[in-house]
Amino acid sequence: MKKNEVPQDGDNLVKGESNWLNYAVDQNGEYVQEISVGWEPENIALEQAWEVVNEKVEEARTKVLGGQLSPIAFYMEVNIMDIPLLANYMDKYQWQVRRHLQPDIFKQLSEETLDKYAYVFKISRTELMNVPTNKNTK
Amino acid sequence: MSIAPISFEHHQSAHCENGVISNLFRYNGLPISEPMAFGLGSGLFFTHLPFLKVNGIPGTSYRIWPGLIFKRVSKRLGIEMYSESFRNQQKAKDALDSALDKGIPVGLVTSVFYLPYLPAVFRFHFNAHNIVVYGREGDHYLVSDPVMGAVSTIHKDDLMRARYAKGVPEPNGKMYYPLQIPKNIDFKSAIIKGISKTAYDMTEIPVPIFGTKAIRYLAKKLKNYPADLGDRKATLYLGNLIRMQEEIGTGGAGFRFIYAAFLQEAGKLIEQEWLIEQSIALTKTGDLWRDFAFKAGRICKNRSIDGTSYKELSEILIECSHQEDKIFGTLYKQIKKI
Repeated sequence: MKKNEVPQDGDNLVKGESNWLNYAVDQNGEYVQEISVGWEPENIALEQAWEVVNEKVEEARTKVLGGQLSPIAFYMEVNIMDIPLLANYMDKYQWQVRRHLQPDIFKQLSEETLDKYAYVFKISRTELMNVPTNKNTK
Repeated sequence: MSIAPISFEHHQSAHCENGVISNLFRYNGLPISEPMAFGLGSGLFFTHLPFLKVNGIPGTSYRIWPGLIFKRVSKRLGIEMYSESFRNQQKAKDALDSALDKGIPVGLVTSVFYLPYLPAVFRFHFNAHNIVVYGREGDHYLVSDPVMGAVSTIHKDDLMRARYAKGVPEPNGKMYYPLQIPKNIDFKSAIIKGISKTAYDMTEIPVPIFGTKAIRYLAKKLKNYPADLGDRKATLYLGNLIRMQEEIGTGGAGFRFIYAAFLQEAGKLIEQEWLIEQSIALTKTGDLWRDFAFKAGRICKNRSIDGTSYKELSEILIECSHQEDKIFGTLYKQIKKI
């Protein structure tokens, strides 16, 4: 890659926050450092990864609002976690976390357990008890 | 309590591990460039592990496992390192604070997900991100994150979360810094060892999931992605490949340009013209990798099932593998002669 070919494809997703170092060759064939504000394929791949995350979040929100799952399911997706990872953060077995995803079981959880979930998700216990009804609250 | 910040020189790098090595060693009186750290640590690699899935997507890596670059560079340059992990979080904090009080900048392993100063869109659960903490002010630590253009700060609670992230791998509060750097360093021998290892890894491992064989293995699988996986999954697999190749901390083209920069620097340092020739060849292969990512990105965006496109991508990969076979094969044979 030549120095003047270092991609400068900023886009809305990275909002100008992206500025990464690249190595490229100058006109004398010497390797030099050059800043890139982003590159189209990387932006596309990143966008795609977030689309998958957001789809899962929306699916969980619908299920929580529909009474099929507890709010833990929603916040788990917001934090890009799955059951094994969340169980690890909670120091619990996966089957325990899976049970906590059931709305009826969730209602019976101790304050201590709820606080721990809230801590892991970096939210308050009040927030944990409810999921936002609208999209894009985070 | 706040301590006077250590006058730590922050240099941005393409990749975190090389960057921390380069910045920490420079602070300790051994100026080494990022590409040199990457090359001496034999950082370049390729592996495709279809059975090791992350979020249902097969693992692909353009570099060796996290932590290994550091280990190898220190060993090859004869640098004595302090390195410790902690079960107890308070002990981890105390050890960090006490090192900072002594004026020692400290390397830490963290999770990208819990570093609020990074742009939000890049924060996924990647638990092997290296940073340097070089001071503290009240409840905040002063951070030199090598992939960032400038230094940042982080709240102590956030840093603790980042140091104790769960998943694979778990940083367990790992911290490290150089203890002693020898006066006379034999760069030539370190360069030879570094290149030998990478050349071996890329061409000689008799298992098809490592090195250039793995590139061909991936190429074969990729050709059939649309038929085997369907439209949606095929593009997800492809998107992941691009991310592994290009995202934060790769320096573009799956590390090929950084390694080419290393070959150029090494060739000049130990006066071996042929290394510079191989650097030029690898730059060309890097451009081919970029071509691959560019076309793959276009396919992801259009989301069309188009067998011919995947076939074309597969052919680019095959060409990459042949070129790298040649480059690393030459390195493997020639490096023994000097």
